Amino acid sequence: MHYSLGSIIRNAATGHKHWPKQWREPEPKKAYDIVLVGGGGHGLATAYYLARNHGLTNIAVLEKGYLGNGNIGRNTTIVRSNYLCPENSQFYEHSLKLWESLSKDLNYNVMLSQRGALVVFHSPAQRDAAIRRGNALRLNGVDAVLLDAAGVKKLVPAIDCSPSARFPVLGGMLQPRGGSVRHDAVAWGFARGADAHGVDIIQNCEVTGFRIEKGRVRGVETTRGPIAAKKVGIVVAGRSSLVGQMAGLRLPIESHVLQCFVTEAIKPVLDTVVSFGAAHFSIVQSDKGGLVFNGDLDGYNSYAQRGNMAVVENVAASAVSFMPCMSRLRLLRHWGGINDMTMDGSPIITRTPVKGLFFNGGWCYGGFKATPASGWTFAHLIANGEPHPLAASFSLERFESGLVINESGTGPLPGTH
Amino acid sequence: MRIPCPWCGDRPLSEFTYGGDASKKRPKHPEKASAEAWLDYVYLRDNPAGKHTEYWHHSGGCRAWLKVTRDTRSHEISKAVLARPQSDGARS
Amino acid sequence: MSRQSNRLHQGGLIDRTREISFTFDGRALTAHPGDTLSSALLANGIHLTGRSFKYHRPRGIYTAGAEEPNALVTLGNGGRTAPNTPATMVEVYEGLEAHSQNRWPSLKFDLLAVNSLLKPFFPAGFYYKTFMWPRSFWYRLYEPMIRRAAGLGTLANESDPDHYEKAHAQCDVLIVGAGPAGLMAAREAAHSGTSVLLADDHSFPGGHLTGEAIEIDGQPCAPWAAGISDELKDMENVRLIQRTTVYGRYDGMTFGAVERVGDHLVPDSATPRQRSWTIHAKQLINATGAIERPLVFTGNDRPGVMLAGAARVYVNRFGVLPGRNVVVFTNNDDAYRTARDLSQAGATVTLVDSRAEEKVSARGILPEHVEVHFGQCISKVKGRSHVHRAMLAPSGTELDCDLVCVSGGWTPSLHLLSHVGHRPIWDEARTCFLMKEPGNDARAAGGAAATFDLNEVLSEGAKAGRAAAKSCGHGSPGNSKLPKAENLPAYALEPLWRVPGSVSRADAAFVDLQNDVTVADLELAQREGFGHAEHAKRYTTLGMATDQGKLANMNALGILAELQGCPIAETGTTTFRPLTAPVAFGAIAGQTRGKAFRPVRHSAMHHWHEIHNAVFTHAGLWMRPYYYPRKGEDFAAAVKREVLSVRSSVGMVDVSTLGKIELKGPDAGVFLDRLYINSFSRMRVNRARYGVMLREDGMVFDDGTVSRLGPDHYFITVTTANASAVMQHMEFCHQVHWPQLDVQFCTVSEAWAAMAVAGPNSRDVLARTVKGLKLDNDTFPFMAVGEGTIAGAPARIFRISFSGELAYEVYTPAGFGAGVWEAIMEAGKPDGITSYGTEAMTVMRTEKGHVAGPELDGRTTAADLGLGQMMSTRKDFIGRWMTDRSGLAGKDRLQLVGLKPVRVDETFHMGAHLVNDQGVTGVDVSQGHITTSVYSPTCGHFIGLALLRSGRARSGEQLYAVSPLHDESVTVEVVNPVFTDPNGEKMRG
Repeated sequence: MHYSLGSIIRNAATGHKHWPKQWREPEPKKAYDIVLVGGGGHGLATAYYLARNHGLTNIAVLEKGYLGNGNIGRNTTIVRSNYLCPENSQFYEHSLKLWESLSKDLNYNVMLSQRGALVVFHSPAQRDAAIRRGNALRLNGVDAVLLDAAGVKKLVPAIDCSPSARFPVLGGMLQPRGGSVRHDAVAWGFARGADAHGVDIIQNCEVTGFRIEKGRVRGVETTRGPIAAKKVGIVVAGRSSLVGQMAGLRLPIESHVLQCFVTEAIKPVLDTVVSFGAAHFSIVQSDKGGLVFNGDLDGYNSYAQRGNMAVVENVAASAVSFMPCMSRLRLLRHWGGINDMTMDGSPIITRTPVKGLFFNGGWCYGGFKATPASGWTFAHLIANGEPHPLAASFSLERFESGLVINESGTGPLPGTH
Repeated sequence: MRIPCPWCGDRPLSEFTYGGDASKKRPKHPEKASAEAWLDYVYLRDNPAGKHTEYWHHSGGCRAWLKVTRDTRSHEISKAVLARPQSDGARS
Repeated sequence: MSRQSNRLHQGGLIDRTREISFTFDGRALTAHPGDTLSSALLANGIHLTGRSFKYHRPRGIYTAGAEEPNALVTLGNGGRTAPNTPATMVEVYEGLEAHSQNRWPSLKFDLLAVNSLLKPFFPAGFYYKTFMWPRSFWYRLYEPMIRRAAGLGTLANESDPDHYEKAHAQCDVLIVGAGPAGLMAAREAAHSGTSVLLADDHSFPGGHLTGEAIEIDGQPCAPWAAGISDELKDMENVRLIQRTTVYGRYDGMTFGAVERVGDHLVPDSATPRQRSWTIHAKQLINATGAIERPLVFTGNDRPGVMLAGAARVYVNRFGVLPGRNVVVFTNNDDAYRTARDLSQAGATVTLVDSRAEEKVSARGILPEHVEVHFGQCISKVKGRSHVHRAMLAPSGTELDCDLVCVSGGWTPSLHLLSHVGHRPIWDEARTCFLMKEPGNDARAAGGAAATFDLNEVLSEGAKAGRAAAKSCGHGSPGNSKLPKAENLPAYALEPLWRVPGSVSRADAAFVDLQNDVTVADLELAQREGFGHAEHAKRYTTLGMATDQGKLANMNALGILAELQGCPIAETGTTTFRPLTAPVAFGAIAGQTRGKAFRPVRHSAMHHWHEIHNAVFTHAGLWMRPYYYPRKGEDFAAAVKREVLSVRSSVGMVDVSTLGKIELKGPDAGVFLDRLYINSFSRMRVNRARYGVMLREDGMVFDDGTVSRLGPDHYFITVTTANASAVMQHMEFCHQVHWPQLDVQFCTVSEAWAAMAVAGPNSRDVLARTVKGLKLDNDTFPFMAVGEGTIAGAPARIFRISFSGELAYEVYTPAGFGAGVWEAIMEAGKPDGITSYGTEAMTVMRTEKGHVAGPELDGRTTAADLGLGQMMSTRKDFIGRWMTDRSGLAGKDRLQLVGLKPVRVDETFHMGAHLVNDQGVTGVDVSQGHITTSVYSPTCGHFIGLALLRSGRARSGEQLYAVSPLHDESVTVEVVNPVFTDPNGEKMRG
């Protein structure tokens, strides 16, 4: 059913008894042209764009739990494209442009809110690095504005911009088009869109192995029986190494836990996405009124989807130090998502040594904001066998050649990106 | 999380710094090691869900590097020993 | 001041001899010590306390505990404003100010209640389907509107005047909850000799016993509980902390808790408001009890509808009668005690029981005159701002009332048992989720284990205490006598997830009260394919309110299971996440805030810098002199003067922040050879050398100097930023890679103060102060190292130059730092010695083409920086083997170059990019970027260092330095990065 003012009014008048299921619950067929392993945001986006951009619809998305139960529903919902490395900024800029038209494209309001993404700096060295990045963005055609301390204070009055702060604010770099998106709606919107094109989304279907013959993929083994496929895409953020291993891949990835924090809902206090240079700490207020925070990685390999207390304390200390008015605000809940951290901090969208098998993963901190572009470029790769120009640098070969895309400059230490 | 440092006993996580996969070994004869061997050592990881042997530095304590065996699904630590071999005839 | 019209004449654990005054929405009211805000409001006849999140429906006090969904108020004002505080958890103190929230203009008349009329258009998930047309309206109109309407209370943009502190505790057994199970567990565990920490949410122990009219060992249960806690308080191995919420369990039996130290007192700055505890325990006993379930029927959210257990608490603990004409609606025997207690307190009570009469055993505890309707449900209540009638189904009977007490059974509180990954399992017999396998370091007792018979609770608590003590290695204390409680009717619950029957269009049956999630919303979620518990939760926002689904989740799962026609066990449960109850950031942060957010590091000469007017800059945790303005000087003038003084005579800079590591041992030289790209094992004693370290991936990691102080004795400096990282790296290399190397090393960064004395007159100045070391060029040439004394203090002197001038670095034990600094300043007076800051240092190192932080950005190789020739080809060192990868050896890499403006009066910014053509955008437009840019007093114009694509081959080329952020474009010429004294004659002279 197409969502429109008319359909809303009609359904309101009939007590909302006639809304159809947003997607079917089909039984898996014996064979598909393409099987996507992973029914998260990226997998569903890939399926959607395979259908929409490439006209391929004989596709199954296999999800071991319920669709959208991974990182698409566990992140801080931030979208922005203010990356330093040109490979990243052009990719994420494409993603941001897709975000900007996604609600219309999907006929599903993903509640994009472009209230700006601000990075606050505290020292001349941080300022100079921000200027370098801002100029790189502007040269790439991406929006960026430099603010002084007064500009930061005006934009976000809650920030302590006084000289007596432990790390006084010198200014900030604002991407006006940055913002947030209602995360779950992205998974549901892509699922509904893909389903409408005829893609089978199969929940509660875990892939347990790959059928590989003579170096070519032939299908997958699942908890609901074998499924043949001409092409298979692995897109399982948080489990990349484990699923990759079933297909014989050894990857430059460590899985780390990143915690998210949400407070009780309060009236608007923060209209901008803010991150701070003096600590790994970012904050956004959702449309519901809760403030959502990110801290640093817990810093060790983990698949447990939960973090430890030191990070909780550090996030609280950051909150009350940068924004003293947060002191009496209550933290409601915190949880962990599994970030597949690559050795250079940038993602991997690539062919693999197995013919017909493609891999998408290692999204580090960028997974959510990349969702549409990841699906767009991965669909291109699967459909054509050749990388999309925007994602050509995200190959595995970069680790051999040394042409890594090291956004943070900290080298092959996944915990430091 | 609490890590049982062989020198210091059970200490809180905040005293430690993570050092990653401890199964990786710097090639013994670096000059003879292949590019693939270096790629493997520097970049590739098993990243298992389950028991993981990993380096931890007791940076806020005795400064020893430890080899800790920890389950990445439960965070349960089953073993922690000094990373430095204890019977390799090291002069000290 | 109004009277407490609903206060009973007797009973309750309140101090009737004193009266305290407080205000609610500006109205002056009174209470007694011992009251909570909710009991005080009810005593004053006030039920209506808030408006719901989405529909702004009037809401009243619903519970007596932390799970309160409705009565959320804003406390205090100014910096003490605390929004969303459950009135049920606030102890009233003299002068307390509370305000209702999420209403405008007033609680009684709220304009946004119009949302309630638009309800047909706002079902679950409505925003995903709408607000898309026209497109621009979303961000101009709809979204700002949604944002303004959302949220409950308002935060004041002011600093919190109160303070918070952190505390740590270790114990054998942590017991959470001082109800009957917790008290018995603590007593048993304590008597066996284990150390016990008993943390309890409320102001005094007893748990639900504080609100019950039950006898234990022949005395009322509340004083009985007080007696046990007095016994515990006298024991040395027990610590009992009240007003303490254990909010989270973390790995390794670490717990976070917050103690409300001053929240119940008139605020003052001496008492911490709250104290945050980190608790390490060996065993956990979860005695957190159970939470009563609401019953779901039309209008079940109206003020005057309350949990049955809560009503009992108000009567028994607070001496407040929350209604005089009461209907109790239940599906279990427990609520019969509510009917009994309210009836005995003078209310007219009617009981509605969804069960058939033969399943009920509690009828006997009710007074004869209490009417009971068996096999009936309340299908609907009426009364917009207060309930006044209840309609029964199927009988159709209507009952006038001013209070409806509901009980849908009890849900064990499993939160702390679930936080580290254990999964609760559905227990069909007890109709609840239970933690059947909590691990070997945790157990539940009492209500949290779905044990509801008080005698069983007492014995289960004792048993848990003994078992936990045993796990900690403490034997049984012998037979202690169990207390005996009066026998109460069995629980005998019969599930009722929602009252059957249609819901009228104008009204709704609420499952999640605060977030306004109705039965119809769950039906819609199911209809649209969001039937999985997690999907339903996310689609409807069920369980995401401040109570985190404590009241709603169980009913929602029951309803979903009914809709799907499957057992609850298959519907699944949502995961419990910390926190068990919301906690203020201020409490978790403790003292770590403001200036104390991170430690501040000062050098030994900091005080001198302060009194000499230094402007400081942040370098990591350090405060470093940036420049020293004299009267009338701005930044540029001061830096220019400082540079010219050094270049023409002599100056001194504090370099104490450098990382310093001392190495000793026969293999120290070999060890350094493997860490650096160049070699030190054959360097002569008393010599220094510049060194570069790589990461194993071939990128430059750090640089600094290595000095040989003796045959087996080296001293290295590393950059301020990497001081700790390099030390950690060296320890890794030594302990893991090369344990056979006989070397010991130690960081001595804090032990030494360091200063660089630079300029053509530096030798003369030092010669006047240094004793015991000849400084003439033959005895002490460039890169020489020696020891002497200055002003009687020992000093290590290194002839090292960062500025390019004749220069010396002087190191002295930190305690002598200020004295040595002053002695050199004094000796330099005849030469006009000047102190200079980090900016002048940057200017001079740029003039000399030395790389620093902006160039060592972790993406540059030694070759990129023009240091490739330093790399030894005759040894193994960290990073050697990956540097010849194709991507690192390519000619089109970003390489270090110098820049100058073509027009000498033009300036350029650090962070500007170099482009071939102006006004073009695209990924490949940037040819590189300016890493450092300074005004060079020596050259008389701006100079810069840049990383430029194939830079070394482009000397003489003209490019544009563009900074779109500054709307700036300048023509620059690529030059050699060494701008002054390219042959190093000055520093060697």
